[in-house]
Amino acid sequence: MIDVKELLRELREEPYEKIVIRAPHSGKVEFVASEPGVRVVGPGGTWKEVPGTLLARLEREQVKRPINAPQKGEVMSLGDVQNGQFVQAGQELMTIRHFLTKEEVIARILRRSLSLFLAPEKGKYYFFPEVDIKIKTKGSQTVHVEDGMELFILSRMKRETSVRYTGPGGIIYAVYFETNDSVDRDAPLIGVCPESQLGQIQEVVSRIQSEWEERD
Amino acid sequence: MDIEKRIQELRDRLKYILDIFGPDENANVAMLEAKLGEYVAREPGLPKQEAIRQLETLEELFKFLEKKLERELTPMNKVRIVRHPQRICLKDILENVYDNYTEIGGQDDYSIDPSMLIARAYITRRRGKKVHNQAVMVIGQEKGHGQEFRNGGSVKPWGNAKALHYMKVAETENIPIHTYIFTPGSYPIEDYPGAAQQIAKNLYEMAGLKVPIVAVISEGGSGGAEAIGLADTRIMMSHGYYSVISPEGAAAIEGRLRGGQRADTKLIEHCAKQLKITADDNRANGYIDWKINEPELGARPEHYDFFRKLRKSVISSTDEIVLNVSGLRLFRSIALKRHKGADVYVRWSLNTRAKERLLWTRYMKFRRMAQHAYLDKRHWFNRGSEWTSELFSSLYSYFRYDLFGKQHKKVTELAEDVHAEMQVVVGRSTKLWNAITSRLSFGKDKKDVDKAGLTSLSVWDDGAQNSGKWQYVSPQAKLDRAVPCPNTSVHGCLDQWAPDLFGEWAGVCSFCGHHFPMEYQWYLHNIFDPGSIYELFTEIESTNPLKFEGFDLKLDEAKRKTGHKCGCMTFEARIEGTTVMVAMFMGAFRGGSVGAAEGEKFIRAMERARKKQLPFLSYVHGTAGIRIQEGVNGVIQMPRCTLAVRRYTEAGGLYLVLYDTNSYAGPVASFLGCSPYQFAVRSANIGFAGPGVIKETTGLDIPPNYHNAFQALSRGHIQGIWDRREIRGNLVQSLQTMGGRNLYYR
Repeated sequence: MIDVKELLRELREEPYEKIVIRAPHSGKVEFVASEPGVRVVGPGGTWKEVPGTLLARLEREQVKRPINAPQKGEVMSLGDVQNGQFVQAGQELMTIRHFLTKEEVIARILRRSLSLFLAPEKGKYYFFPEVDIKIKTKGSQTVHVEDGMELFILSRMKRETSVRYTGPGGIIYAVYFETNDSVDRDAPLIGVCPESQLGQIQEVVSRIQSEWEERD
Repeated sequence: MDIEKRIQELRDRLKYILDIFGPDENANVAMLEAKLGEYVAREPGLPKQEAIRQLETLEELFKFLEKKLERELTPMNKVRIVRHPQRICLKDILENVYDNYTEIGGQDDYSIDPSMLIARAYITRRRGKKVHNQAVMVIGQEKGHGQEFRNGGSVKPWGNAKALHYMKVAETENIPIHTYIFTPGSYPIEDYPGAAQQIAKNLYEMAGLKVPIVAVISEGGSGGAEAIGLADTRIMMSHGYYSVISPEGAAAIEGRLRGGQRADTKLIEHCAKQLKITADDNRANGYIDWKINEPELGARPEHYDFFRKLRKSVISSTDEIVLNVSGLRLFRSIALKRHKGADVYVRWSLNTRAKERLLWTRYMKFRRMAQHAYLDKRHWFNRGSEWTSELFSSLYSYFRYDLFGKQHKKVTELAEDVHAEMQVVVGRSTKLWNAITSRLSFGKDKKDVDKAGLTSLSVWDDGAQNSGKWQYVSPQAKLDRAVPCPNTSVHGCLDQWAPDLFGEWAGVCSFCGHHFPMEYQWYLHNIFDPGSIYELFTEIESTNPLKFEGFDLKLDEAKRKTGHKCGCMTFEARIEGTTVMVAMFMGAFRGGSVGAAEGEKFIRAMERARKKQLPFLSYVHGTAGIRIQEGVNGVIQMPRCTLAVRRYTEAGGLYLVLYDTNSYAGPVASFLGCSPYQFAVRSANIGFAGPGVIKETTGLDIPPNYHNAFQALSRGHIQGIWDRREIRGNLVQSLQTMGGRNLYYR
């Protein structure tokens, strides 16, 4: 069983994710974002086709390769490297601090505390009729699931098969799919948590929703 | 009340004039503005009679100055006229030129593409007591006086497909087609069937449509106009424009502007003037047959006289086309020649022989165009001797392939049938005989079978990759440097040493297969049999037919840099002993853009391939499109070359196209895109307009790799993607498995 409160405390102490930027190969480094505190943005555009902020250039064999920011945030610290110095592959160039949003914090907590059941293949998913009625009348958190239980009906291209739940027993904390929508393979269908932790998780999530302060 | 109405009318006229003359300062426009303002301020205090008298004077002034302004119109003013929402549109024409019509293929915004309007219309002609209702298929872009859903007359690929469908319906019904061109250009998206691909299909089909086609141009924007513009008679409205590119687009290219930057108004005006886009310019260059004069400052829906004039023009044009190709025509033909719109009756359906003549007339009409737009510096003696040699070769071709060839084919087919019949009779007894001889052990000398060859795996490197030994090695291989692959972030490709990459590996990334661009010389030396290339038509040279400012220098620079006189190299070459005619478009010469010289060379090569019954390969090392500095001299190559392709393939030729690096716009949307067998070298980009132009014109974001060859393959534009090192093998395979019925090379 995980300690949700301890997890929350950790996140409060360090409300960001550290991204270490390393040299992809050896070469002479030329910093562009060379000051701690410089704001950077990650890849943008509809298809993430616009590269993030240029952090540095790495030159090897007369070829300069750009190193771009992978996430939004700010430069936290520079590695032990001087501008124009030759670096080895994997050497730390700088660290970027990405401040977590509410959604990211909740996702982290749920990822650690819930057991996700993933779609075994692409298709439309439905709950078994008796489970479906229970979810609709009393809510998903009243449904208890066990390993090997027939839980879903998978419908695809005029074919219908039953899908058994595999994983630790518990109650369905969240349902991640909509009836009649096609779900991709390996997309999460439900998140299951032990009954004893339900109240704790609900409380933490609501506190994050109301108290977490987001930073740009 | 009457005065109020008349003042409002003058206000509307003034607003129209202000829209047309835009930001230019003009004393006449300023005077009209001032006089109208003064009158409006004064009018409430005037007695009625005096107010009417002064208003009449003002109206006279408007009429007088409008006539004066008409003479001052610049090409850019004319562009603003055709783009104005008050400009006549196709629906006005249908209402006023034709006697009755039914819109088909959708109505208003309930249409697959509301910017393309199709109607079955008829024209009623009375001769004595008899009434003739002559049916016509009317096809054209509809701007709808600024209706948003019409996209300003920019037709999407499926709109052009709809137009083509109804052109074929007209052909089935044997009725003429009237097309009306009101487009600033095609809507440049690659969704199926693809802008370029569909325009190419339209051009190819129009080249062989066996019904008279009359095109009327109001706003003729490049490829969009050509999609319905390949016609037997091309008429242009006097205030229209017909151009390779919009003046704004030309200014952006000339000013080297990127990322949606706006060009300076003066530069736009300058480009509009230089591109020679007006009806008079196009008439002088021979790209339209005649122009219809419009009322002062352009035709608007209330100009009923203009519609009457237009009606007469389209009727007499259709009459002329039909009379030119039909049998009995003497007096009517003379009458029409003497007076456009003469009152004669001509039946518009064609018989089989007239249809054949119509196609030949259409081909010759376009063949004769743009002859002034390239240089041919041959001495008259050389020209004469080459003409004689061409004549002999035509005669030889006629006797060899038409007279003798057809008889030979008949005899061969008969012999095949007789042989097949004999086999049925003889087969059973032969089988019995073989069974007896094999039992008596007479037939033991069976051929040795290469068991090892059949059972072991083949090595790809042996033949296809040429073991890394190439006839020509790229100069890029001489550089001592590492080259990063653009796909490193996706596939993790390591940097490769230039001598390896551009030498042994023929510019192909050994990790992901990305093809780095190579020089066209690499292909010349490594695809064709060594020493087999025989270059043709080297005397044809690109020039600057419009005297476009600064272009002479750029052209000289390209000639000096490449050592070629134009961007197209035509030659005969052999591949594994098979002679092939090749037209190669070189990206190094002005971006591989196509102008009059390139088009002429292409057509001559096509004609030669047809006469000699050779397969034809267009190898596109790269083309940026039609050369804008040549204006309509360039864009006219789209129909010209497509007609030549049609004639060649109809004669049974095999036309292959191979795209490399980047191929865009006009050529892809015409004589390249109409081939049934198109292939691309891996990592090639193929499309109609580049990403910047798409974003600029449609406002749509386009995904990366939008123009990638694999996308073109998925939507059926091309038929395969080839590895550079296997082009030779694949060409041999294509020559063996594809081809028209009349090619004798196999």
